[in-house]
Amino acid sequence: MRVLGIETSCDETGVAVYDGQAGLLAHRVYSQADSHARYGGVVPEIASRDHIRKLLPLLDETLQASATERLALGGVAYTRGPGLAGALLVGAALARSLAYALGIPALGIHHMEAHLLAPMLEEPPPRFPFLALLVSGGHTMLVQVAGVGRYRLLGESLDDAAGEAFDKVAKLLGLDYPGGPALEQLAKQGDPDRFRFPRPMTNRPGLDFSFSGLKTYTLNTLRGAAEFDDQIRADTARAFQDAVIDTLYLKCRRALRQTGAKRLVVAGGVSANRKLRERLAQLARTSGARIYYPRIEFCTDNAAMVAYAGWLRLSAGEHDSLAFDVTARWPLPELREPPAR
Amino acid sequence: MSDPRILAFDTTSEACSAALSTAQGVFSRSEIMPRGHTRRLLPLLDELLGQAALQLSDLDAIAYCRGPGSFTGIRIAAGVAQGLAYGVNRPLIPVSTLACLAQGVYREQGGEVVLTAIDARMDEVYWGVYQLTAQGIMVAMADELVVSPDAVPVPPLLGSWYGAGSGWSLYKERLVARCGKPTGGLDGGRLPDARDCLSMALARYREGALVGASDALPVYLRNRVT
Repeated sequence: MRVLGIETSCDETGVAVYDGQAGLLAHRVYSQADSHARYGGVVPEIASRDHIRKLLPLLDETLQASATERLALGGVAYTRGPGLAGALLVGAALARSLAYALGIPALGIHHMEAHLLAPMLEEPPPRFPFLALLVSGGHTMLVQVAGVGRYRLLGESLDDAAGEAFDKVAKLLGLDYPGGPALEQLAKQGDPDRFRFPRPMTNRPGLDFSFSGLKTYTLNTLRGAAEFDDQIRADTARAFQDAVIDTLYLKCRRALRQTGAKRLVVAGGVSANRKLRERLAQLARTSGARIYYPRIEFCTDNAAMVAYAGWLRLSAGEHDSLAFDVTARWPLPELREPPAR
Repeated sequence: MSDPRILAFDTTSEACSAALSTAQGVFSRSEIMPRGHTRRLLPLLDELLGQAALQLSDLDAIAYCRGPGSFTGIRIAAGVAQGLAYGVNRPLIPVSTLACLAQGVYREQGGEVVLTAIDARMDEVYWGVYQLTAQGIMVAMADELVVSPDAVPVPPLLGSWYGAGSGWSLYKERLVARCGKPTGGLDGGRLPDARDCLSMALARYREGALVGASDALPVYLRNRVT
């Protein structure tokens, strides 16, 4: 089965084609980051307006790049949630109606399921069961994965997501939106020994996270400094990044011990962070667990992962009715296994 | 030439409606639903096609209300229109929601000049002034715009004219102060109806005013959103 995937949950418009035999045939992402940069964050109405302008031209381009005739499609998968309701609706409306016009099934996909399955597009793919750390601008969670649709939430952020904290602290440091990757660059010039930030919630048991305190800590550090020069910006960026990464490292180590998992999947936008990958490589060496990542371009939002998750479920016979909807808030553990064939 | 087969639909207000022109006449449905258009729209279109024993691929064109109206509603309409049209490779006909209101006043009350106003929130209305042509189709006398009810542009009004749309019920006094009392009648409860979208689309189809799926975009009128 050949599946068209559509992603419009936030500020990236994505389209991809995945084929059960041939694998990923084509994928395209249009990033709206420039439209939102001047506002310092994603403006939902602007995101929705950009999606409806860009989605169909991108879809047409992707089908051509994959040499797929419309009638050769076997299903359409789209991100149903979680995400911005208005943005999700654009993808859902176009996806569902296109599938209806082509007489093929459609399925709404959980965005975080798509992220955690994304490393399965790589070689070698992780086998089930595994532990997954999902770290993005919208989520930070540790999930025990027994199979497709078999997810147990072990811990999550009680406030800001890790990526959100990166973006907010980047803003405090005077970096343009989206600041996460820029903060990583700035931290390279930082002195690791000048400041030491706390590792939130690591001194007590459990696998939950809290990152909003680090934002306050950053602010206080900057206020306490004599001047706001390049060195203090870099040193602060370094201390903040070290604290987040160390916290993620400690919680992953704890989760691996607790579950006895031998494989760790790390996905979501923050999983593109090089320092995080270096630190988790140490964890792989000491724990014996193997770590799996998506390729860098599939760490952030994309439709390849949606097409793949859609293919898994659609080819098992799962599909939506003609009534479509989006689910802006949608806990991952509510998902179920696809029907047995 | 036989009558073109056109499917028209509207999701821009708290109604959800669809209409289909066929050789056997027009089939139509309309339901009131403040929310949940996405759950009802495609089943509604499917029922209508089933009733007429037609497939989407039998259509000559697809028409939709392109706005102004609820931002979410007009994006649902444009998104669904794009998906359907791209899937069966048919052209689209975007129709103004304000024009639909005016056409509806003509259909039901015979009004030939209609001042349409839809509540745009933030103390503004979406405003359009429409006049009937000899062919029985409403055309705009000036560009549609989003404007304060106290500042709507009013053309010289001769003879009988109507006021229609939610703006007229919400800002009745202020619009009357600006335009005078509608001499024909006032229909502040009027919602856009796909039957009127269809009438306008049939006229446009004959003129060849069709667009490709990628060019079928919403018209918001309010372009400042931050």
